Amino acid sequence: MNKSDFDWKPMALVPLLALIVFPLIGSPSTWLTLTVAGLAMGLIIFVIASGLTLVFGLMDVLNFGHGVFIALGAFVATSVLGGMGDWTGSASLWRNLVAVVPAMLVAMAVAGAVGLAFERFIVRPVYGQHLKQILITMGGMIIGEELIKVVWGPQQIPLPLPEGMRGSILIGDAAIEKYRLIAVVVGLAVFAALAWTLGRTKIGLLIRAGVQDREMVESLGYRIRRLFVGVFVVGSALAGLGGVMWGLYQQTVVPQMGAQVNILIFIVIIIGGLGSTTGALIGALMVGLMANYTGFLAPKVALFSNIALMAAVLLWRPQGVYPVANR
Amino acid sequence: MSAARPPEGARHRSPQGEGSPVSANLLELRGVHTHIGAYHILHGVDLQVPRGQVSLLLGRNGAGKTTTLRTIMGLWRASQGTLSFDGRDITALATPQIAGLNIAYVPENMGIFSDLTVQENMLLAARGAARASQMDTQRLAWIFSLFPAVEKFWNHPAGKLSGGQKQMLAVARAIVEPRELLIVDEPSKGLAPAIINNMIDAFSQLKASGVTILLVEQNIHFAKRVGDSVAVMDNGRVVHAGSMQALSADPQLQHALLGLAI
Repeated sequence: MNKSDFDWKPMALVPLLALIVFPLIGSPSTWLTLTVAGLAMGLIIFVIASGLTLVFGLMDVLNFGHGVFIALGAFVATSVLGGMGDWTGSASLWRNLVAVVPAMLVAMAVAGAVGLAFERFIVRPVYGQHLKQILITMGGMIIGEELIKVVWGPQQIPLPLPEGMRGSILIGDAAIEKYRLIAVVVGLAVFAALAWTLGRTKIGLLIRAGVQDREMVESLGYRIRRLFVGVFVVGSALAGLGGVMWGLYQQTVVPQMGAQVNILIFIVIIIGGLGSTTGALIGALMVGLMANYTGFLAPKVALFSNIALMAAVLLWRPQGVYPVANR
Repeated sequence: MSAARPPEGARHRSPQGEGSPVSANLLELRGVHTHIGAYHILHGVDLQVPRGQVSLLLGRNGAGKTTTLRTIMGLWRASQGTLSFDGRDITALATPQIAGLNIAYVPENMGIFSDLTVQENMLLAARGAARASQMDTQRLAWIFSLFPAVEKFWNHPAGKLSGGQKQMLAVARAIVEPRELLIVDEPSKGLAPAIINNMIDAFSQLKASGVTILLVEQNIHFAKRVGDSVAVMDNGRVVHAGSMQALSADPQLQHALLGLAI
């Protein structure tokens, strides 16, 4: 038995995809631009999907209402940033961050609080009943979208990038948008924080154990239901953060934006393996890259390409790239 | 490494406080019925687990032994009857609360977290430790002396261990902190004879330290070597209760209850 038995093969999928596409694109600068855009998009999707995969893996809950927290986070950000025009209008990145960081934190807090209520009143009554979970959480998302319309109105709202985050950096001939680099940094920071929490803390240990065997965790004396609530709230907060990032990426927010991203999120967690944070990262990066590469090479097959990607991965690994035991 | 001293036993305390008379039985089930869905599995189980002894629960497959253990742990709810631990009614308590009374449970499937390392499995059971460095090193040394494989594969994923090693890890995890009651479902299942001897030695040392043990066991020879008292189940009821010594001395009773001579 090897001491270090980590399965490195799925990690190679992301660079492999980038390398396979390189000759098809032809131009190195275009390839670099698309790759950074894909990684940025992928990391935003990872932020959104990471909480959902833990909810699914730990709680065995199919939450089709996850999208409402994405939209809520984005709309909260429009309200916060809307009142900080002096800071977002500045060309200084640091002044922009003084506005954007609080907007992210407020969005996370609001999404987390709504997640607490969502878990208590919508999800908790249907633990263990997957069909009812699907129906009731989809209903919850519809209600959430309508409430967003009541508060912010039905029209799309612009969410422009702060002045200091606009524009591009030139690397050779490649123009790399500043915001995409910021999104990559934020996404990697979230992954690092999750990886540290899951790998280095006792609560992370409980989550990883609970994903495998909830009953045994309870038999060891831990109230796993409290852990459920905590994970759901954190997952909702992360979706809210992802909503802010997605809204800034698109520079516009609509009440249905959560539902629009839902399909991609479920593709990501299926590719990654339910309950696996590292798997969600791999899946998200591949989805982001695939969307950008096919958007350039063959726009008509862009959405189908991610479904084809999921099918190809499942043919190789039917339970996802990093399946969690006992699922 | 030389074997460390056996761990100190958990103090026996009466729910009424120090100085009050202590019940001879640590765990008692009275008239316990358990339903699983539409199935009526336990039909009025009466079981006494004497304090400081090793009690065996024997019986044919399907007799209700595992259901009894799971009902004690609150994993299945008793539909009727009472369960009491150290004089306290635990019938309505949730599983984490029951485990919090210093009761350790090793299920039939061992309950090992395969994706976690051996160290992480042990840390999870050490409720008093936030990190590995806070675990009781003397107690760990004693556990390593009983189960060397736990130390040998300390940083390896638990899922990579052999069946016997996993069983040792499961029992080691259950005793990583002092417990009042240890409940183990088929500890010798799938173990090689040499490992079974390790397990017998472990239970003997635990008993000597004052821990009360309740075992479900199919291996009669294992049961004879470790057991003080025995309850035999059939069709969801306890049909015999007494000392292991008395049962071992009565071949007719053995045949009647178990269908074989032990």
